[in-house]
Amino acid sequence: MAEQRIWGLVAQFDNASTLLHGAQALQGAGYRRYEVWSPFPVHGMDQAMDLPRSKVPWLVLVGGLTGMCGALLLQWWSGAVEYPIMIGGKPAFSFEAATPVTFELAVLLSAFGAVFGMFGLNRLPNPRHPLDTVPMFRGVTDDKFFISIEVRDAKFDVDRSTALLESLGGRHVTVVEA
Amino acid sequence: MSARMHFSDNPKLDPVVGASLTRIGYGLGVAGLLVSLGLGFGVEGNQKQFYFSWLTAFLWMVTLTAGALFFVVLHHLVRANWSTALRRTAENIAANMPLMALLFVPVLIGSSDLFHWSHADVVAADPSLQYKSGYLNMPFFIGRAVVFLILWIAIAFFYRKHSLAQDESGDVGLTFKMRRFAPVATLVWAMSLTFAMFDWSMSLDPHWFSTIYGVINFAGSMMACYAALALASLWLTKNGALTRTYTVDNFHDVGKLMWGFTIFWTYTSFSQYFLIWYGNIPEETIWFVVRQSNGWMALFLTLVLGHFIFPFWFLMSRHMKRGRKTLGIGAVWLLLMHYCDHYVMVMPNLHHHLHFHILDVTCLVAIGGLSVGAWAQRTAKVNLVPIKDPQLDASMSYDNAV
Repeated sequence: MAEQRIWGLVAQFDNASTLLHGAQALQGAGYRRYEVWSPFPVHGMDQAMDLPRSKVPWLVLVGGLTGMCGALLLQWWSGAVEYPIMIGGKPAFSFEAATPVTFELAVLLSAFGAVFGMFGLNRLPNPRHPLDTVPMFRGVTDDKFFISIEVRDAKFDVDRSTALLESLGGRHVTVVEA
Repeated sequence: MSARMHFSDNPKLDPVVGASLTRIGYGLGVAGLLVSLGLGFGVEGNQKQFYFSWLTAFLWMVTLTAGALFFVVLHHLVRANWSTALRRTAENIAANMPLMALLFVPVLIGSSDLFHWSHADVVAADPSLQYKSGYLNMPFFIGRAVVFLILWIAIAFFYRKHSLAQDESGDVGLTFKMRRFAPVATLVWAMSLTFAMFDWSMSLDPHWFSTIYGVINFAGSMMACYAALALASLWLTKNGALTRTYTVDNFHDVGKLMWGFTIFWTYTSFSQYFLIWYGNIPEETIWFVVRQSNGWMALFLTLVLGHFIFPFWFLMSRHMKRGRKTLGIGAVWLLLMHYCDHYVMVMPNLHHHLHFHILDVTCLVAIGGLSVGAWAQRTAKVNLVPIKDPQLDASMSYDNAV
């Protein structure tokens, strides 16, 4: 290890309530590249961290509209342009016959937009995260709560940030290597 | 949000406000009734038009009331939390069922004008109607209607009675009792609504049949019920009641379900249209041919646009469902579309060409006014939420994620 690179700091919190107050205080102190970790969703955390609205709905809308237009184009082109076949006296292309496929593809691509949009915005899958190297962090999937601050935060300073986390009730404040 | 809330509102409606809406409702209702009767049976009366207009307005309101009844049953069936604060309003709407039974009487009286399968000479000349006469005959028709209405009145009465009893005693056992009865009530309700719609609406054209007809009307009823619940809750909070109980998240969820059921209505309506279009059998397509020609196409397209495309985009965004004004506009619009839906089902059986009549409006005012009046009168007397329901706190303290 020629040069130790730091990813950030992590501190353990006792419960969801101190976690919430910790997040509020960090937000108030001007921190932006911090994250809270909890085994379950904490009500009010979105407001405490002043998170913006999720962008997933827009991805769903784009997915749905793409599915709708794609399905209509596919059915119109294949049924009425490229290979028209007369079936049961029906027109080569009609919105009635096209609706089920259009509906299903719109739903499918909406769902893709929701699932893969969520993955993308969360940067998943992420097979290795620096926090995985901290043994105590494993408790986050069971009964432990954490706040981490990344080194790229403009306000980050190992000593001052450690002191702040400790003053907010953070325990075992640990420097995380990148 | 994070802290659990406890019910601390005044659970009663301001008596002056309640009395005022009761007066307005009954006033409009009685005035509408008198004008309708005058126009229908006066010197230049148009009796047949009266019965058809009355039936349309009746179906509009009875499906809404039945929807509210199912809202209450569904709440207990799935042990819902969120809807607890809205349940009393739905119970009060569903308790209009005896009034619905009364409003059904003109349909029975006018049955010979409404249902042409009820004429013996017509049936005698029509092999198809002879084949169906085992089901479509007056005694059985009346018997079924009586059974449906009694069942609905009984379910509405059962749930409201136990809910009100819990306000006094706080007995959790009553919640379990209401839940135990919910699966039976669901089955009874689903079957009776389906056959009621077959009888009162589909049999107007006795040659035509559609097995999904009941499902379409179920979707319409639920949409109308959520629209009515949204308007009732907005009205209550506007008059200073339950302002701390009905959170923006309650409105949001009512809006979501209202919006969802417009889509479900479209899904079922299109399913009916699609299969008939594909099959292309004259005895089935005639129902749509009638509704797509001679001016009726305008109303048919109004449904496509107004019952689906416009509300789909208008209410899609969460801001529209969380905004009081926009939710209210959406709810009023959808109640209007719900009437339009029944109009398209019923009226082409009377008028070959699209033809509005003043009786359409007066019957709507009569039935709407009487129903609102009865609801307001009942609402003013009881607690506006089930105050001792163990789930009430939960229904006040959830929030819809950002």
